[in-house]
Amino acid sequence: MPKPEEARYTKTHEWIAPGAEAAVGISDHAQHEMGDVVFVELPKVGQKLEKEKPCAVVESVKSAFDIYAPISGEVTAVNEAVVSEPALLNQSPLENGWLYKMKPSNPADAQALMDWNAYQEFVKQSVH
Amino acid sequence: MICAPTENRLSIEKSDAGRRGLFCKNPLRARAKVPANLRRKAAPRLPELSEFDVVRHFTRLSRLNFSVDTHFYPLGSCTMKYNPRFNEEAAALEGFAALHPLAHDTCSQGTLELLHDLSARLTELCGLDAITLQPAAGAHSEFTGLLLAKAYFEDKGETRTEIVVPDSAHGTNPATASMMGFTTVNIASEPDGRLNVEELKKHIGPKTAVLMLTVPNTLGIFETNIEAIAKAVHEAGALLYMDGANLNALIGLVKPGDLGIDMMHLNFHKTFSTPHGGGGPGAGAIVCRKHLAPFLPVPTVRKEGGRYVSDFGDKRTIGKVKAFFGNTGVLVKAYAYMLAHSAKEFGDIARYSIINANYVRALLKDLYPSYSKEHCMHECVLTPGEDMTAKGLKTLDVAKGLIDRGFHAPTIYFPLIVHEAIMIEPTETESKETLDEFVAAMKDVHDQGVADPQSLKDAPRTLPVRRLDEVLAARQPNLRW
Repeated sequence: MPKPEEARYTKTHEWIAPGAEAAVGISDHAQHEMGDVVFVELPKVGQKLEKEKPCAVVESVKSAFDIYAPISGEVTAVNEAVVSEPALLNQSPLENGWLYKMKPSNPADAQALMDWNAYQEFVKQSVH
Repeated sequence: MICAPTENRLSIEKSDAGRRGLFCKNPLRARAKVPANLRRKAAPRLPELSEFDVVRHFTRLSRLNFSVDTHFYPLGSCTMKYNPRFNEEAAALEGFAALHPLAHDTCSQGTLELLHDLSARLTELCGLDAITLQPAAGAHSEFTGLLLAKAYFEDKGETRTEIVVPDSAHGTNPATASMMGFTTVNIASEPDGRLNVEELKKHIGPKTAVLMLTVPNTLGIFETNIEAIAKAVHEAGALLYMDGANLNALIGLVKPGDLGIDMMHLNFHKTFSTPHGGGGPGAGAIVCRKHLAPFLPVPTVRKEGGRYVSDFGDKRTIGKVKAFFGNTGVLVKAYAYMLAHSAKEFGDIARYSIINANYVRALLKDLYPSYSKEHCMHECVLTPGEDMTAKGLKTLDVAKGLIDRGFHAPTIYFPLIVHEAIMIEPTETESKETLDEFVAAMKDVHDQGVADPQSLKDAPRTLPVRRLDEVLAARQPNLRW
């Protein structure tokens, strides 16, 4: 799993670890905003993902949130552990709380997303 | 409420063998009719209490309840206004209450006239052409509205698969779209919750069936771009649906039809003072323009000469969405409310709901900054101030602190686009004194939280049940059925 500085980020607060099999999860900022996660619905292995379309659901005590695919590709693995233990998303969003892995249609797509510095700046701007 | 310490027990815990209420001298002879193999081997474990114990038990429980009849209930987006008792009297009139739904038109002229006149008044109030009163409530109305859209485009020979919904919308909008097999297209709204017309244009096109828009939006802000939005939607060949959840802010002031919408829904339990739940049925409506009228559910009521008749309409109707004319008992209540108000008084409903929300917003602005920097309409969205958040206090703590002070909590954590939202809708039926008491309670919650954060995190402290572990309840639900 990536260090925060190595991941790429979306405006909808997902992270992706660039690579041939790219892990995806939600950022530490996102888990903090959502509050205690109580339910996770993951995509299916083999499912085709389209960039910026919803592909998973994370539900916290506050509300249910759609999780969007950071880039297009195909799901190669899902993290069943977060389904039985949703608290992993709060405890370890970038490690044990990863959601799924995907084979990007175009591996370079991830590089076009925000890097750690840009994401931090984005978060700072978007907090009112 | 102060009560004897043993009073918090469940009825089964209060049970004492052999205690009974008053029994009929001739017990029911039902037992003999139940086949032997289906009879219980042992008696069920039911509480054994005197009738007096039972009366006290349930009366006490009912007094612990928070309700609109006992507490200020500023639940944002819900319009918890007073439900005039006159409405109930009207609905209980024998001619309405005892009418059989299969009674022939000639035997139900009074109810048909009421539905006909209610339809005429509502279409006039909304500035639209036609209406169905069949839906059972708001979300069911949305469902009906999208059925109309589907039928409308099928009739035109067009296939449109997308419903566009801003991210500030009520969750029912995308849920309805999904249920109807449409794809939901989400649009990020501006920081004030308004829709950016240029952004909208990027998301609409030949695939777009409907834009669902809440006016005023869920931040209580009027959609000032509405005419440009309507134009853009119509240029794309799509329909503009107005979610009428917040109609209380417009009623009598603005006819939604004048804003360029094609259809909208009404929530009778919000704008038209019928009860929110309470065990009874609900009612909703879809009001629309002429071009959608042929698809409306049937029957509707038509006046023919001096008589009212059921009209089974055009062959293109979507059919029924509810039996008969819908939940007419609720419609009688809404009609009573309509008759009790003149056109000017409807405007006053909107004006006072707007004044009340702005009054609360203005008095609380230093302690609970308002999300939007401009005046709101019928509801305001506040957030805990920095002095509270710096001490780790959240909106949930404010809500629990209010319960301790005898107020039902506002809507919290909605709309989703606002961080730690506290959404307050006082409605027009609250007095200045009640609003002042509420504001004082909000200030008191703030002061308690800043002085002693832990004590607010422990709230509520005055109720039989303290802070519940919502996370544990959601992660490991203990369900039995």
